[in-house]
This record gives sequence, C-alpha cells and structure tokens, in this order.
Amino acid sequence: MDWLAANWRTVLDLGLSHLYLAGVPLLVGLALSLPLGWAAKRWRGSYPAVVTSTGLLYTIPSLALFVIMPLVLGTKILDPVNVVVAMTIYTVALLARTVADGLLSVPDHVEQAATAMGYRGLRRLFGVELPLAVPVIAAGLRVAAVSNVSIVSIASVVGVSQLGNLLVDGYRRIIWGELLTGIVATMLLALVLDLVIVAVSRGLTPWRAAAGARS
Amino acid sequence: MIRFDGVTKQFPDGTVAVDDLSLTAPTGKITVLVGPSGCGKTTSLRMVNRMIEPTRGSISLDGQDTGRMDQAELRRGIGYVIQHAGLFPHRTVLDNIGTVPRLLGWDRTKTRDRSRELLERVGLDPHLGDRYPAQLSGGQQQRVGVARALAADPPVMLMDEPFSAVDPIVRDQLQDEFLRLQDELGKTIVFVTHDIDEAIKLGDQVAVLRVGGVLAQVAEPSYLLAHPADDFVADFVGRDRGYRALQFQATPRLPLRSERTVVLGERPDSDAGWLLVVDDDRHPLGWVEPRRIGGRAVEDADLHRGGTVARADGTLRGALDAALSSPARRGVVVDDSGALVGTVLAHEVLSAIEDTDRPERDEDDPVHGGAVAVAADEA
Repeated sequence: MDWLAANWRTVLDLGLSHLYLAGVPLLVGLALSLPLGWAAKRWRGSYPAVVTSTGLLYTIPSLALFVIMPLVLGTKILDPVNVVVAMTIYTVALLARTVADGLLSVPDHVEQAATAMGYRGLRRLFGVELPLAVPVIAAGLRVAAVSNVSIVSIASVVGVSQLGNLLVDGYRRIIWGELLTGIVATMLLALVLDLVIVAVSRGLTPWRAAAGARS
Repeated sequence: MIRFDGVTKQFPDGTVAVDDLSLTAPTGKITVLVGPSGCGKTTSLRMVNRMIEPTRGSISLDGQDTGRMDQAELRRGIGYVIQHAGLFPHRTVLDNIGTVPRLLGWDRTKTRDRSRELLERVGLDPHLGDRYPAQLSGGQQQRVGVARALAADPPVMLMDEPFSAVDPIVRDQLQDEFLRLQDELGKTIVFVTHDIDEAIKLGDQVAVLRVGGVLAQVAEPSYLLAHPADDFVADFVGRDRGYRALQFQATPRLPLRSERTVVLGERPDSDAGWLLVVDDDRHPLGWVEPRRIGGRAVEDADLHRGGTVARADGTLRGALDAALSSPARRGVVVDDSGALVGTVLAHEVLSAIEDTDRPERDEDDPVHGGAVAVAADEA
C-alpha cells in the first residue's frame, strides 16, 4: 500500500496506456472482423478458410510478433504502433470467427422474412443481421478484451510502457508492493473492459431483456 | 393476376420440386396451393417473389414477367407471411409492421401512423405496439405477421402456412378474421397449406399438387369435393368430403316448424319433451327438459347448450349440423339478426340435399374447372 501511495501517478499513467494498447486494437479488430465474418457467411465455402487462417494468427508468440512488427511496418522499434498492430492481429484472430458465427446464428425464418420484405446489401446487414448477432459478438469481444489486456503486458520486454512494467520492474527489484499493484491493476482493467462490453451489449439488445421478462 | 406459365424448378441435386406448372391466380381472389410435403407448394410460392428462381418457364404479375423485375423492388411490392410469423425479434411490433414502408422510403411519422392503423385492423390492442415479438403469444405474432405483410398495401400477398403453428381454436379465429379482412381488401392471394380443410375453407380456388410438383387438379372447393379428378385427389380431399361439400350449398327453403319457447325465469307451461329457451329478443339460448326441473322457473344452469344454430340463409352443412347436434333432434334456425325462425328435422334437410344438384364442371374452361364459376358469381 505504501508503494502504491507513493507511485499512484505512475500507475495511473501506465494504466491509461495499457487501456489504449489493449482497447484501440479491440475496436479496430472488431471493425476488420466484420467484413471478414460477413464474407465467411456470405460465401459459405470460404468459412473454413477464414476461420482457420485467422485462428492460426493467434498461435504466433506475442513476443515474436512485437519484434517482427517494426520490420514489417518500417516503424521504430520502440513505437507503440507496433503493439497496437500486433494486438489488432490477435483481436481479429479471435473475432473473425465470432462475427461469422454471430451472423450465422440469425434464425432462418428471420433471414427468409428479411429476403421476402426486400432487404438487401448493407441495409440488411446493419438493419437485421448485425443487431441479432450482437449477443454472440459481444461474448467473443469479452474474451478478446481479457486476452488483450493480458498479452499487452509482454510489450514491456520490447520497451513499450504499460502496467506490465510494474511486473518486470517489481520482479527484477523484488518490490512486492509493485508486483501486487501490477497484477491487481491488470485484473481491474480487464474487469472494467468486460463490464463496459456487457453494458453496451445490453444497451444494444433491449429486446432480449424484454423476452426474458415475459411471464 | 399471377400467371405461372410452364414453370419447372429443378434443384442442383436433381430433385424436381415443381414440374411444368401452369396456373392462374385471379385478381382479388384467394388461390390455395395444397398438397403433401414434397409437392413443391412452398417452392412454387417462393418463385413468385423470386426467393427461388425457376429453372424453366415464367411467372408474370399482371402481364409483367417477374424475371425481368428488380428482385428487391418486386418483393417490396408483394406482401409475404411466413410460418411462425418470422418477425424481427429485435424490433418492436410497430417497427416490425413498418418494415416495408421504411424500405420504400416512407417517413417515420407516416409509417408509424400506418402501423398503428394496421395493428388495430388485425384485431390487436394498440398497447401491444411497443412490445417485442417474444412478448406476444403465437396467435398475436401471426396477426402481426399479417399486418406487416399488409403495411405497404401491396396488391399481391403470398402466405406460407401462416396459421399452422397455432392451436386449432386460435387457427379457426385467425382464418375467420383473415376472410373478413380479405372481404374488405380484395387482395390477390396465393396461400400455401398442407391442410385440405383450411384450403377448402379459405380458397376461392384450390390447386392440389402431388409429390414431384405436378398439378393434380385446380378448381373451386365445392367442385373439388364433388368431382375429384383422380384417386390421388379423392384420397387427399379425404373421407368426409360428402358432408364437407354441403358447406358450399346454400340452404333452399326448408319446411320450418314453429317451436314452443320459454324465457329464462319463466315456468314452463307443459311437461312434454324439450323446450327451447330464448332471450327477450328471441335469440336461442339452449334447450330444457321441463320434467327434469319439476315445475319451477327455468334457470341458466338448466340449459342444455349442445346444439348448434343454423342461419336460414346459411349452408346445408349448417342446417344438417344443427339438426344432428340438437338434443331435441330439432335443428334451430335463426335469421340474420340471430332471432329464432323455426326448427327443422334432419330428414327434412336430407331431402333438401337430395333435391339439390352437385356442382358441375364449367365446360368453357376445362383446365380451371370451377375457377371461372367463382368469377361468374361475382359478376
């Protein structure tokens, strides 16, 4: 507690950059996963290819990915963009499948009704399919959020600051207060992101609450 | 008018779902496609709005080939009601009803007003408008489905087993209201069902399809019951067809007898047999046996309500059923207002039936059988 009291400003700064490094890729990754997932649904034959190839990305060790990024992007080795892009890749790895499955979870009779009413293209996607896929996508997003918060810690090794710094520094210098703060702060951040996603998902799906309330 | 012209649908796996179908669904009439599963009735329906494309042949709407029309535009001009309603679970009832108007670019207020109007039209409480579909019963959802199909006032409606997922009593209600609505609106409707009773009740014209998508017979219901074209149709229209056909035969003048009546709270003036109880407007309430109540005044609990009531201008089926179901064996006949006219005995209805002709084929149009007779009735 003493350690936290003395260093809370640093912890806050590190926390905010942790949130940035984990959160921005979540949003960008979701945006990229939408067309991928939509394509996997639209051309059913491409589903295994999309799901497998994106899923494989998740197996690349994070440290390796952080190190390769400057070579691929031409950025400086300490640039946070490297981490943002790498995390975006992990997010897509988790979400492309989720979006595809979410869109595929729309009941058949609803799809048919949408066709029969004369829905097509983007209006159909945003008006009917995506709203109904929200619960499935939100579930995948929660997994991705927690995963991102956890993986970002490793970026300390390549010199990008966030809460992981507390773990590395605390471990090297054996400062228990710092170590504990790093662990708890990371967990709190994951929890907050999770709660935000749940809240947004609930806000987007009032019909689910109504259905549940039916006596 | 919807015209199928030599329409065939063969799926990629080689199955022929519809085989060289030629059929006309007349404007303002209900054409029912009926048949066992695998007869291609739903496939035929979906080819009208091009949810399925025909392999050969063409379908035209008022003379316009649908194959040349823009798919989405075509669909927005055709009301569609599917089994289980197919409502959008994430939209309120009013928003569901307003789907097609919004797609057509109506503004929010106009759509909302129209949706409210339709909600009432299909017999739903206005306060249901802000609920979600999951909060409604199956029957209510189905009504919303019909309202949604009617929203943009399309001249043509396609209905795919819309009433098959609700219980029999609700189904009966929905069918009656549907017929009432159609009386007001006069849409050109193609209706798919596997239930021959529903087909006969709702259709101005019934097309019976057999497995493999071959048209077995198309005719008006009474003609179909009286003259099935072959064994398959005879089998399909079922056993009670002689009795059911009576529902299309208007009651001729029956030899009605006057009936002694008693009002609730009155003491019967005799002990003999059954007495008909009526209210102050002479509407029949039920039968009593005076000797059972032992000379006291008639109470509501004494009423025997088993008998059905036939209308003097109703069908022979109604008259016969009234006679058969009456505990007194005398069928109660009422006028338009529901007031008692008299009673009739079963054998009297039967001799009236013997004196009527069976519906005959219209020789001018051998393909469509009785369909033309429907149009003639209208004129």
